[in-house]
Amino acid sequence: MTTTTQSAPAAPPRKVRRYSSTDRVVLTLMLGAPALVVLAFIWGPALGSVFLSFTRWNGVTAMEPVGFQNYQQLATIYPPFWPAMWHNVIWLLVLALVATPLGLFLAVLLDKNIKGTRVYQSIFYLPVVLSLALVGFIWTLLYSQDQGLINQLTGANVNWLGNSDINLWAVLVAASWRHVGYIMILYLAGLKGVDVSIKEAAAIDGANQRQAFFQVVFPTLKPINVIVLVVTVIEGLRAFDIVYIINKGTNGLELLSVLITNNIIGEASRIGFGSAIAVVLLVISLVFIITYLVQTFKKEGAR
Amino acid sequence: MSAATTTPDESHPDRTGTSSATVVTQEEPPRGRHGTGRRSSTSAPSAAPGRKNKAPLRPGRVILHVGLIVWAVLWLAPLAWAVYTSLRPYSETAEKGYVSLPDTLNFNNYVTAWTQADLPHYFLNSLYIAVPAVIIVLFMSSMAAFVLARFSFKLNLFMLMFFTAANLLPQQVIITPLYRMFLSLDIYNTQFGVVLINVAFQMGFCVFVLSNFMKALPDELGEAAQVDGAGVWRQFYQIVLPLTRPALAALATLEFAWIYNDFFWALVLLRDGDAMPVTSALNNLKGAFFTDNNLVAAGAVMIALPTVILFMILQKHFVAGLTLGSSK
Repeated sequence: MTTTTQSAPAAPPRKVRRYSSTDRVVLTLMLGAPALVVLAFIWGPALGSVFLSFTRWNGVTAMEPVGFQNYQQLATIYPPFWPAMWHNVIWLLVLALVATPLGLFLAVLLDKNIKGTRVYQSIFYLPVVLSLALVGFIWTLLYSQDQGLINQLTGANVNWLGNSDINLWAVLVAASWRHVGYIMILYLAGLKGVDVSIKEAAAIDGANQRQAFFQVVFPTLKPINVIVLVVTVIEGLRAFDIVYIINKGTNGLELLSVLITNNIIGEASRIGFGSAIAVVLLVISLVFIITYLVQTFKKEGAR
Repeated sequence: MSAATTTPDESHPDRTGTSSATVVTQEEPPRGRHGTGRRSSTSAPSAAPGRKNKAPLRPGRVILHVGLIVWAVLWLAPLAWAVYTSLRPYSETAEKGYVSLPDTLNFNNYVTAWTQADLPHYFLNSLYIAVPAVIIVLFMSSMAAFVLARFSFKLNLFMLMFFTAANLLPQQVIITPLYRMFLSLDIYNTQFGVVLINVAFQMGFCVFVLSNFMKALPDELGEAAQVDGAGVWRQFYQIVLPLTRPALAALATLEFAWIYNDFFWALVLLRDGDAMPVTSALNNLKGAFFTDNNLVAAGAVMIALPTVILFMILQKHFVAGLTLGSSK
């Protein structure tokens, strides 16, 4: 039996195997059905966003092609766009430069043979199992102006979540609370994979702790670093639940994700316009996703 | 060996204390990240690796533990505060303030939150969505992973990327067309639709993890089965799938938690508050039903409990699920 049909899994390069036609139909279905679901509900809509971003449409009357007008308006006459963009950047930077290093630091501390490391790990990981929506909910108990822990403890009267100068930072503390544990787990797994002899060799060589880590251990963590970077960026771009729970993403908590949602769910649904914001988000995330895929699948491509 | 005994850097006790026990005295080559940190390894033959595990109570260790305990207490504080607040009657906290010692601790807030916010209803909704979604996504993704991991063909790598990348997109990127699509397919405002999008969205991660796992199974399995004349479906169902059980268990735990925790899909794709799973229902619960912080706290604790309990019982699976995806 030949294996030249295009639709079915073609001839395996490594070993010559023969599959009956039934087998090939089965294999095609096994891969095809899940692929179709992902194509129809993820990639199709992703392309749909690109298409819609060049139109004006309110969902009821006829769609109208407008070229780059949505993008132009986005950048020039849509007040929340640049603040939202900026908030997303701050979000990313805080996760990447504060929360992620803290997670790495915890992982390094807990990777040592210390007593109770499992207990510590569980505690730091605990917030990760909560949804970001719930995290927002729980932190309002700490931040609330007249009933919150922080104000009652310090005697201050700060409107942590209502003051648009500080609420983003307050929310980022809560978001980081969850992010640190996530990163810690990823790095702990990575560190377990580092050959003990590498760590020891560094110590024997007379390198101090920090040098041993940054010069010897850290470079070997490169695959994990890439994953952590992607996780962090994606979390930063996806951020939505926590601000939506707190004040629907307004008053200093605007994010790109919120603007997209508002433009399609609101009374005046501006689908083309919302899609243009989605495309901005799509392009930014694709840069990182592609970097990640190239890094992750490099080995496999070579085989 | 270099004889520099102290540097400003070493004044951090937690760092000195925790440096690997093989370095008994603080010896250090010229500092600097780009400096020559590495020495010929022959220069220290005396440092026996055997000393590593017996680190007696050194001051550094103590400081490390104190630091970690403080950090851990801070980390638990928000949850502990929620639990504490939830156990106190509103009248008492209104009178004495929230930061005060309790006269009464009881579960009244839980009872009120449970009934007033109709929580059982929303918990059931969460189950109706998460359980089918997890089963379907695991079933479908294990089929795809089986084909991708056990057979080589031209589009192999492309398909793996196709799946993996789909899981990494921010949800909002696809929501606009998805929303229109759900309207025209008549699955907007149905729990079925929410199950469907959760399945589609989580598929990538599951395919990625499962295909990595299945690749590690010995090749001979399939070959032996072929000699027996087993078709690919039997190879999958009777041979590979049973061996994949550990990965499936890990993923089931993780995916259940993720889908339970999903806020966005149901928020946008369901109109009726009644059909919402509990996480998305939070949005309405906050103002409408939970009138004071004590009730909010009780509600928050109850909504957190399913994943927290799951995590405590199946911690191993949780971590395994995440790290299967990351450590290739």
